[in-house]
Amino acid sequence: MARKAALEVIERGAGKIGWTVGIEHFRTWNREKPKKLVDKVASERDAIERFVKDGDFLATELYGTVRAPMSLVRELCRQGRKDMRLVGTGVHDLDLLLACRRIRVRSMNVTYVGHEVYGVSPIMRRAVEQGRVAEEVVEWSNASMTWALKAASMGVPFLPCKVLAGTDTFKYGPAVTVTCPFSSEIVTLVPAVILDVVLIHVSRADRLGNCQIDGALGFAHEISRAAKRVVVSTETIVDEKKVRAWPERTVIPGYLVDAVVEAPFGSHPGEMPRAYDRDDEVYMGFLESAKTEEGTEAFMKKYVYGVSGHDAYLDLVGRDRLERLRLKDDE
Amino acid sequence: MTMAINYNPTELLICMASRLIEDNTTAFVGTGIPMLAVMVAQRRHAPGLIPIFEFGGTGAILETLPRQVGDRHTYHQAISASWMADIMETAQRGCIEYGFLGGAQIDPYGNLNSTVIGPHAKPKVRLPGSGGANDVGSLCWRTIAIMRHGRQRFVPKCDFVTTPGYLDGPGARERVGLPAGTGPYRVVSDLGIMDYEPGSLRMRLVATSPGITAKKVLDETGFELLLAPSIEQIQPPEKDELLILREIDKDKLYI
Repeated sequence: MARKAALEVIERGAGKIGWTVGIEHFRTWNREKPKKLVDKVASERDAIERFVKDGDFLATELYGTVRAPMSLVRELCRQGRKDMRLVGTGVHDLDLLLACRRIRVRSMNVTYVGHEVYGVSPIMRRAVEQGRVAEEVVEWSNASMTWALKAASMGVPFLPCKVLAGTDTFKYGPAVTVTCPFSSEIVTLVPAVILDVVLIHVSRADRLGNCQIDGALGFAHEISRAAKRVVVSTETIVDEKKVRAWPERTVIPGYLVDAVVEAPFGSHPGEMPRAYDRDDEVYMGFLESAKTEEGTEAFMKKYVYGVSGHDAYLDLVGRDRLERLRLKDDE
Repeated sequence: MTMAINYNPTELLICMASRLIEDNTTAFVGTGIPMLAVMVAQRRHAPGLIPIFEFGGTGAILETLPRQVGDRHTYHQAISASWMADIMETAQRGCIEYGFLGGAQIDPYGNLNSTVIGPHAKPKVRLPGSGGANDVGSLCWRTIAIMRHGRQRFVPKCDFVTTPGYLDGPGARERVGLPAGTGPYRVVSDLGIMDYEPGSLRMRLVATSPGITAKKVLDETGFELLLAPSIEQIQPPEKDELLILREIDKDKLYI
């Protein structure tokens, strides 16, 4: 049968689509991905070594400094990677990846990089303004990004939506506008974003990788289903029975997960809902250091390269100090 | 007559924005000054306001000033804590009345820039990017931009349009496919309040801040600002507004 004509594109954003479009390859990947519920607990070194590769299209799931997979990001910085393509919203995590001299960043698909009340990220400013992102910065909004991930999660190659149109965010992004074949309204289509790998920090997981998250979920649901490989760090590893007793609390079922790393205070210096508050002293210290190249490098040496792993990092920050960050039951 | 109480321009800005917020409706709240405006409103005249934060917080009782749109205070005793897609879909199906926006630049049609100063490929200044701003500007029924006034900020043309206002004039939003009937509603600056002239959809001065003349506002605006038939004088912040505000921002993050 002859192929029917495609929807006519009215406008097309110039942002480069640096990942494989379409959904069939992702369905095949998902079919072939082992489903056996086995023990997936790994050390952070092994988890990053095995599941984050040169050239990966990588995202970190977080909101601001909340529930950020910082222990995994620091390990990735220690190991280094070539030609990383970073996706999503970023704060302290993305700053470290951009500042890290062992990581070469090829492109960024970003919604927001900054520190909210504390302003623009000086590290990102230097990286972009000095042209250190080898290819380009592709613009997104939070809604278009979460729906592009949702498209992958739904197993469809794109989703229609009513954002971006008419702006430069559209022009420097990957979306198109078309006429709706049902209503004749003009809609924006965002392509499914299929990640090579995502790093996610959760409240608790069992050894099989079944994850529960306290607090608002941000991008977690969509992003965990839009990635070929999912590396999870968790505040605590709990018994499988505890997860099975409350299956409705599972946000990420274990068969999606490739590795689970136990990382108490894994979001430090960021916070964790229902667990601990942000360590403003370390965070503000970072923001101060980030103002200069030398300061940034000194911070990286102390908190990233200078520690062997997350355990050593917690020793460096101080266990007593960390305990004082813990939230009360009703907070 | 009540005793006058001193206030700074940021405090005035927050109080002005706060007074625009109605009770018993929904508002999409971003980081910073909008949070303060909404908190003052919630405590003072809009206890039934449902503040909505993009990472999932809906209907929080805002006791502590959130430092981020995703921190736990954005869903403190909330009616729901969901996720990004749910909140954006809520806005997209028309449930969110007000949205707050800010940026480095605003143009006569209320288009906003928070992405780059200079060319995109080689920017002079790289700013954070859209975040949820484009979505708020696309989907909320009425958006309120909160800006510091000045010729560098109120510009004839934004270096980059991150977030849609009325784009290039009447009918433009609908032509490109943005939801019908949505768009910029007010601009609140330290110098006054602007709306958009119904015919041209260009920004128009409707009220000036205490002690500020219309001429001063025009001088501080980098494009031809229209004037409403009658320009109102904004009342200075009242004592109770200021006390509430200072209690909320006791660490003086903003004020």
